[in-house]
Amino acid sequence: MKENPLRSKRAEAAVTLPSFVWLALFFAVPAFIVLAFTFHGHTANGGVGEWSLSTWRELVDPDYPAIVWNTLRISFEVTLWCIILALPCAYAIARMNKRWRAIVAGSIMLPFWTSFVVRVFAWKTMLHPDGWLQTCYFSWLKVSDWLFDWLPGFMQRFLVWAGFASNAPLDAASSTILDSEAAVVLVSVYSFLPFAIMPIYTAAEKFDFSLLEAARDLGAKGFYAFRKIFVPGIRQGIVSAVLMVFIPAIGSYVIPQMLGGTNCVLIGNKIFMRAMQNRNIPHASALATLMAVSVLVPLGMAMYWKKRQNARTSRRLERETARMIVGRGGEA
Amino acid sequence: MSKDFLVFDHVTKRFGALTAVDNVSLTINKGEFFSLLGPSGCGKTTLLRMLGGFERPDSGRIYLEGKDITDLPPNERRIHTVFQNYALFPTMTVWDNIAFSLKLAKKPKAEIEEAVDGILEMIQLSDQAWKYPSQLSGGQKQRVAIARALVDRPQVLLLDEPLAALDLKLRQHMLIELDAIHDQVGITFLYVTHDQGEAMSLSDRIAVVNKGKIEQLDGPAKIYEAPATRFVASFIGDTNFFEGEISSIDGDYCLIDVDGFPQIKAFNDKNLAVGQRVSLSVRPEKIRVTLNPPLPEKGASINVFPSKVKDIVYQGVYTKYWATSSNILISALKPHSRFLLDQETITWNDEVFVWWHPDDGYMVEAK
Repeated sequence: MKENPLRSKRAEAAVTLPSFVWLALFFAVPAFIVLAFTFHGHTANGGVGEWSLSTWRELVDPDYPAIVWNTLRISFEVTLWCIILALPCAYAIARMNKRWRAIVAGSIMLPFWTSFVVRVFAWKTMLHPDGWLQTCYFSWLKVSDWLFDWLPGFMQRFLVWAGFASNAPLDAASSTILDSEAAVVLVSVYSFLPFAIMPIYTAAEKFDFSLLEAARDLGAKGFYAFRKIFVPGIRQGIVSAVLMVFIPAIGSYVIPQMLGGTNCVLIGNKIFMRAMQNRNIPHASALATLMAVSVLVPLGMAMYWKKRQNARTSRRLERETARMIVGRGGEA
Repeated sequence: MSKDFLVFDHVTKRFGALTAVDNVSLTINKGEFFSLLGPSGCGKTTLLRMLGGFERPDSGRIYLEGKDITDLPPNERRIHTVFQNYALFPTMTVWDNIAFSLKLAKKPKAEIEEAVDGILEMIQLSDQAWKYPSQLSGGQKQRVAIARALVDRPQVLLLDEPLAALDLKLRQHMLIELDAIHDQVGITFLYVTHDQGEAMSLSDRIAVVNKGKIEQLDGPAKIYEAPATRFVASFIGDTNFFEGEISSIDGDYCLIDVDGFPQIKAFNDKNLAVGQRVSLSVRPEKIRVTLNPPLPEKGASINVFPSKVKDIVYQGVYTKYWATSSNILISALKPHSRFLLDQETITWNDEVFVWWHPDDGYMVEAK
């Protein structure tokens, strides 16, 4: 029986329509409402005021550029660590037999059965100045301080100059992990790691591991084969992992709120503060928009650049083919 | 040609309770096309993987040109493999796939280009150089896999059932091409297959492997015509087995008392003694089926048994007959000449004579 193209198109529309309507209603429309709010003033009782550009004019807080930059930098660091840790992890899981795969993949998802806030709070106690992690960290500082004293003077000076060490005496009060950027990065990596492992693992599961054997066979060392064959082979999984980690990391505010103290305020905290404490919804909207734009513009540029590069590559391949055929005396 | 080019010295490999390779010693000559032939799970692939460096033997050593390579990792052996599923790198073009080993060896750019362009010409894929593997047909992928493994001129090329994934026509074509490539490059090829046709048509020598052991190592003709063991006789081609005991010896020949069958005369190639139990293997194409008894030949008398035709299968090139004699079913092949004119017509239930020359029977161990 011949398929009626009109009918199949209608069926396709019927299937996609619900999710399309859902996304439009609860995602696209609110996003535009947020954008619209930024062009309103705010009222004293926390409402949205008249059309005006006052909100954008008030956005010239000298703190904001630094906060946006810190948010991007920390999100980038978190993403990088997650990918570095997730790659060998996903590789190892994909190489296990079916039973172990299920067990390990299950244990990675296990923390999700407890509340996110509870888990972050658990970290707070672990990183507490009297907690065991802090004790270990301070012992490590003491050991490295002791080792540093043994180094010859010029090496000490070099390490201080390069920023790997400091001349300041060791002080327990200022060497805490809690309430620092390190705590935020550490716990963010902990929280987002499963979101990096899962897409990479899904891609790695489909990866043909005999390719690594082929690479080894042709003279590649193990790590070279991993880098040149495995990593490009699961590229799609890595791209999803980056998005899955980077986007929530930018919007994160629970972790910096609970663990960052005053030393690590990110854009998420600022938005929360403006919306909930100052009751200035338009201002919070403007900050959210600013953040979205500062992510979407580089992303759009990267995509455009990638598209141009692809076009250039295919042109080059055509040229090379022509060269080969001419090289053979133009017989083809 | 130097002797003792590649040596397996009492190599054993176990996987749990299974002994995949059982105390195998084997010598392969330089430049040879050598095949490991056996059913799946016989240990031939394990032998290949140990040579490639992907498995380590539990005991025994492997030597290549006098050097012990048993513990070298795959990347430190100049031995390349053509994998059954090709294992071409999907993220690289054909050209980059082939150049992979040369780039790793940090060869100068001009040299890489010359070598890759040269081998592409040899496999006649110059115009496909900048395509990705997914854009190639099965036969083309196969040729790229071979080129990639050959381009830096390894000491040995391992081929792991390279034609298994191709359809019959393409397989026959690649068979001829493989042979041509081997002649052209003069590199030692070690070919693993379960297909006797491939092994026979390509190899200088064949090792028939069963249950981790080498059953016979010989040229293709010797393997087929003079099987050393019962397994070789039954795995390669068709055969008829007659079980019995040697009753008397007459010069080079002997008489065998076959269970429930008249005596058979056979060439005593293994110098067996009277009273030993043996199986006699006679290939179907050596057995004649005729309506009239054969004329007695001079010298050695031949084996003639009156039989009844049970089944006939006409297959164009030849006809296959199954005839019973003393309740033993014997299969025979008969080629055709002047088939529709005056070749005698044999049909079902005809009384016929089944006969063969004693030289065509080979004795293997009893069941």
